[in-house]
Order: sequence, then C-alpha cells, then structure tokens
Amino acid sequence: MASLRQIAFYGKGGIGKSTTSQNTLAALAEMGQKILIVGCDPKADSTRLILHAKAQDTILSLAASAGSVEDLEIEDVLKVGYKDIRCVESGGPEPGVGCAGRGVITSINFLEENGAYEDIDYVSYDVLGDVVCGGFAMPIRENKAQEIYIVMSGEMMAMYAANNISKGILKYANSGGVRLGGLVCNERQTDKELELAEALAKKLGTQLIYFVPRDNVVQHAELRRMTVLEYAPESKQAEHYRNLATKIHNNGGKGIIPTPISMDELEDMLMEHGIMKPIDENQVGKTASELAAVSA
Amino acid sequence: MSLASTQSVAEIKARNKELINEVLKVYPEKTAKRRAKHLSVHEAGKSDCGVKSNLKSIPGVMTIRGCAYAGSKGVVWGPIKDMIHISHGPVGCGQYSWGSRRNYYVGTTGIDAFGTMQFTSDFQEKDIVFGGDKKLAQVIDEIQGLFPLNHGITIQSECPVGLIGDDIEAVSRAKSKEYDGKTIVPVRCEGFRGVSQSLGHHIANDAVRDWIFDKLTPETERRFESTPYDVAIIGDYNIGGDAWSSRILLEEMGLRVIAQWSGDGSLAELEATPKAKLNILHCYRSMNYISRHMEEKFGIPWCEYNFFGPSKIAESLRKIASFFDDKIREGAERVIAKYQPLVDAVIAKYRPRLEGKSVMLFVGGLRPRHVIGAYEDLGMEVIGTGYEFGHNDDYQRTAQHYVKDGTLIYDDVTGYEFERFVEKIQPDLVGSGIKEKYVFQKMGVPFRQMHSWDYSGPYHGYDGFAIFARDMDMAINSPIWKKTRPPWKEVPRPSLMAAE
Repeated sequence: MASLRQIAFYGKGGIGKSTTSQNTLAALAEMGQKILIVGCDPKADSTRLILHAKAQDTILSLAASAGSVEDLEIEDVLKVGYKDIRCVESGGPEPGVGCAGRGVITSINFLEENGAYEDIDYVSYDVLGDVVCGGFAMPIRENKAQEIYIVMSGEMMAMYAANNISKGILKYANSGGVRLGGLVCNERQTDKELELAEALAKKLGTQLIYFVPRDNVVQHAELRRMTVLEYAPESKQAEHYRNLATKIHNNGGKGIIPTPISMDELEDMLMEHGIMKPIDENQVGKTASELAAVSA
Repeated sequence: MSLASTQSVAEIKARNKELINEVLKVYPEKTAKRRAKHLSVHEAGKSDCGVKSNLKSIPGVMTIRGCAYAGSKGVVWGPIKDMIHISHGPVGCGQYSWGSRRNYYVGTTGIDAFGTMQFTSDFQEKDIVFGGDKKLAQVIDEIQGLFPLNHGITIQSECPVGLIGDDIEAVSRAKSKEYDGKTIVPVRCEGFRGVSQSLGHHIANDAVRDWIFDKLTPETERRFESTPYDVAIIGDYNIGGDAWSSRILLEEMGLRVIAQWSGDGSLAELEATPKAKLNILHCYRSMNYISRHMEEKFGIPWCEYNFFGPSKIAESLRKIASFFDDKIREGAERVIAKYQPLVDAVIAKYRPRLEGKSVMLFVGGLRPRHVIGAYEDLGMEVIGTGYEFGHNDDYQRTAQHYVKDGTLIYDDVTGYEFERFVEKIQPDLVGSGIKEKYVFQKMGVPFRQMHSWDYSGPYHGYDGFAIFARDMDMAINSPIWKKTRPPWKEVPRPSLMAAE
C-alpha cells in the first residue's frame, strides 16, 4: 500500500466541496484509480453524486443501532457507486446534540482497523466547513491525509476560511506529514476572482491548482444526483474536472507547509486588489445613520 | 516527643521557613514562585495564615484534590438517602468513588434508601456521539420502575456531559412532569469545572436552591408543623455516624433537629429547612452558600459550631443556645454537665498517653482547623496544617481561632512537600487521607485517615470524642512503631526514644 494517496477537501460551508470532490474523484476513477471516499459530515451527503442517493447507512447510525462500532463489519457500511468508487459516510448526530467530532474519530479508526484502505489508490476525506474541534481535524492528523485541497472562491469569507484552514494544517504539519496541496477556486463570478485566488495562493505559499469555471450543467447533474462526469461526459465542465484530477494526480508529494497570514494582511490584500476600500479608522463601528449625520 | 516541642517558637519558625525554602528549591523557578504563595509559617495576631488558596494546582505535582463532581455527588448530594443520584456519564467516576465516604444512614437499602448503591448512565461511545439525553430519560424510567419508593432523583454530571452540551435540564423538567412533579435535580458539576471539589459544593448548593427551594409548594409547607426550637444541622455528612452523635446533644438540650444536611438526610428534610429557626453550620466550606441563601431569602440566622473535643463542644453548645431562650440555655448547661464525667474519664485515660504528642494535618473542608481543639483537649499539639480546597475565609478562621504561632501552613500541599515536611519534622502523628496513609506509615510515622475516620467514628460530640481519643492512642502508641527498623540498622532516633 505504499502508493496509497490520502487527500482531503476542506473549505467554507456551501462552497461546493462535495460537488468539486466527487466530480474530481469521478475523473480520477475514469483514469483507472481505485478510490474510497470517506464522508466526514454529519449530514452524510458527501457521496450522494457517486451513489445516486444519500447514504442511509452511516457508520455511526449503524453502530448506534447495533450497540457499538465493534459490532459492525466493513461490508455493512461500504457502498460501491459510479466507476466502482467505494463510499462510506461517517454520519453523526442530528444538529444540536452529541459530539459530531468524536463521531469522525470513531469512524476513521473503524475504517482503518477493518481494512477499508486495502487495495485502494486514493482515499479522499470530505470534511464539513470549518475545523471546529479536534474531531474534524482527524483527517489532517498523523498518518491520515497527506495533502489538503482547499476549495474556495473570490468571496471574502471563503478566503478567510481558506486562511483559517491553513492555520489548522500548519498546526499539524510539524507533528504529522500533512501538507497543503493547493487551492481550488470554484468560480462565483466575483470581481477579479482569478487574480485574488492566485494572490491568496501566493501568500499561503501554495498554488492555485485549478480555477473551476461556473457552469449550470453542474446543477443539472446534481438535480439528478450525478456527477457531471457521468451526466454529461462530453461537456466542457467534465473536461475541467478531468484537468483538475490530472493536476491533483501529478501533484503527489508536492504539497507544502502553508504560511497563513494575519487578518490585517488578508484585508490589505483585498484592498490592494480594490475589492475592499480603505476605511477611515473613524468610521469603524459607526452605523449608516451615524455616518449620514456626520457627513450632513 | 517530637523534635518540635523541644524548641522555642522562634526556633520553630526559623526551621519551618528553612523547610519551605528547601522544598521550593527542587521546583523550576516559575513553579517555585507559585508554590511559595501557598506555604507559610503562621504569625500570631495575623488575620489569616499568609497563604494564597483556591487557585489552580500546578501540572506535574501530585495534588490531593478532587473535582467538582466529587464535591457535588460525593459530598453534598450523595448522602441524601432517599433520593437516587445518577452519575451521568462514563462508568468510572461513579464506580471508583462508590461507597468511599462512609455516610451512615438508616433505611432499607434498595427499597427506601439508596446511599450505598451506585447508579450510572454508563456512557458508551454512541452516547457521546449522539448525545446522552435519551439514555438519561431511559435511566430515569428504569429507576422509577425498579425503585418506586425513591423520593427524588439527582443527575450528577460527569465531564463529557458538559463537553457535548447535553440538555439535562430539559430532560429533568420533562420527566418531572411525566412523574407528577417528582423532584428531579440536574446538577452541572462536570469535573473540569473549577480548581477543586470546592466549586462542586457551590454548584450543588445552588442546585438545592434552584430545584428544591424554588419549587416548594404550599402543600409541602402546610405539611410541616413548626416549634420554636427547630434547628437544622448543616454540613454534617454523618461520616461514621457523626451527625447522630451530634444530634443527640442538641435534642438533649431541648432543640428539635428538623433536618440533617446531608448525612442520613432526606428530601423532606431539605424541604423543611426553610422553616428552621436557626441553621447550625459545621462544614462551613461546603455549605455556607445555602446557609447564606436561607438567611437572605427566609431570614434564618446561621451560626458555625464545632463538635470536635469537649472544649469546642461546650463552647458551641453555649453559642447555639444563645440564639434561644433560657430553657435552651439551661439545657445546654445541663448537657455539658451530664457529659463531664465521660470527658473526665476519657482525658484521664488517654491524656497521659498522648500528652505532648505533635500532629500534622492535611485534610479538606473544616477539619484542618476544627479537629485542633480535640487534639488539644488530649494535650496534643497541631504543628502543621493545610486545606485541600479551602478559601481565604477558611484560613482566616484558622488563624483567628485555632492555630498557634509558628504553625507550618501548607495550602493544596503537593505529595513531595508533604513528605519532606513530615520527614524533617517527624511529628508523632499525621492525619490525612488514604492516598497519604501508607506513604507515611512506611516512613514509620503513625497515621490516621481524617476523611473517613479510618473506618471508625463517629468523632463528633462527646461520644465521638471518646472514640477519637482511643483511635489516636491506638495509632501513636502501637507497638509496631518500635519495630520499623531491623535490629542491625537500629540507631538512636529522637522520636523513637521518646516513645519509650
């Protein structure tokens, strides 16, 4: 299993991590790679496009009904989808109760102990929005994902999130082997998006590995619970995902330890590109009506 | 006789200061600086003992402290005998603390009393991941089915409950409603809260306020018939029967004890306490909070007392009586007089065997100061003392009413410090807990457990004093201490020579 590549997709909630990762992994599968997707989101929707359905049997829900995770077999939780991609969903509690982070830890340990990673070329972890606690950092800890791909866009909050995730990677980079593989910009058609994404990548010491243009065919495919690769294999968008997959495939071992920047540096960068106007310090914390009163 | 009493106060102070410097030397600079604030030599006339307290223990040292769960479940709530206390979380906290406090009670265990039983929700991994509320509801249902005569339930939170944010209050309310207004008390005493068990006492006191007092109905109040002589014993956990040997004295002087908090106590007693004329407070540390609350809300005065040793008992009986009329004051004198022959006999028997012996203490709650009087009644001297989890008001009381000039004071003592102090001072007796017992006995120093009374007791009241005196004699004058060294290693040792 020396050649096993473990990667993970992180990024701000709603940025399109699951969509981007599933399409990219489908493209990798087309290239003949044997793939395992580990969904680490309590919503359990990381493998929906591959399986054409939301995985009903998550590791944690099955473990809860069986008594404990020790009572499960790997076959109970492993589903095979498009191009023989193997899928498991960690699952987790409903919102507002319990500890989803602990769930991720439990699930990943279960998969490793039960040989889910055998005879596989790629393991891909799909993790929810932010690294909110130790549990969600599990995939970037020692001996897990070697490269992290951060899905982002030209929106300010997505860039903040990308910077924060880099901090998480930096924390574990020295104790384990995790590296930042690069940024994947999922186009939102914001101003100067490509320019900004490249600038942020440079600041973080990494590369913008791919700029995925916006195309409605992605939504059409999603409505049919399919990847673009399967729904419209001849489309331009499918070609983009193939390009991204090739880049990631050739990027093995080329990840770097990121150099996250401070909030101020991030704001400076936005100002440099004219996204954010320099703000007079006197105006900070003033409401619109207060400002109107001052200028009147 | 110990080394201590052969020296002058000035010499003792100098030696103690040197000892403090000596133990501080082994620490890293930052640790030494922090620990220095917790070690002191008492100066007569000062309002406190000159130590900082109620601060976080230093990582890496061996501290003797417990946690907030221990303070709530183990100390305050656990002894309420007719309620079932659920250790909510993984099994260990409840299992390993099971039955270790020796809170005696009257009742039929498993039927109408549950003190020596262990109830836990036994969290598994799935309860952490999916939350433990459903399991808690199920545990309460099972308790209701299996133990229908329980009068109430408390939920004692272990650490994970706070980490995963379970809503135990909502479960308590829902189940209380389902079971016709049954008393169900959620207690947020997760072990990681605070620096010691002390915060657990406070949290437990607050839970009594919020979930018992604030839910009293006119019906429970109507059921209670007052008399002018109603008092509640607060902060006596009936270790080895302490509350019983205290209660009889109060009753003999004409008072009616309407509640015991919480040794051999019951839910009905807690509910009746707002009707007391006076709350008498033994363990100030663990129950001053609820006493102050009752003073504010119900106008009940409270007074501290001390039932260790005849001097303090007499002083306390008179102090308690001063809140009442002549009938009670005469009653107090009558009780003191009645027990005088017993006291005289005990002192006549044991004082000659214990006179001049020195003691070092390290305990919790009230004992680092309260037991000093009992030792002095036997002619013994406490030369070092400290609190596991005391606050500054404890050290003020200690300084103003108990310790002598030059006493070595050690707050939240570390294992290393305590061992060095005892090794150097060579007291005739150390009084501390089970973790310390064998360390000191192996050093050849007589020892008594002063948390659990070493499976003996009671030590409160006149009857308790007789047992206390016997136990101290047994520990100190046991022939075993002449045999701690093999003959070929026998060298003259001052402490051993004194024992002969």
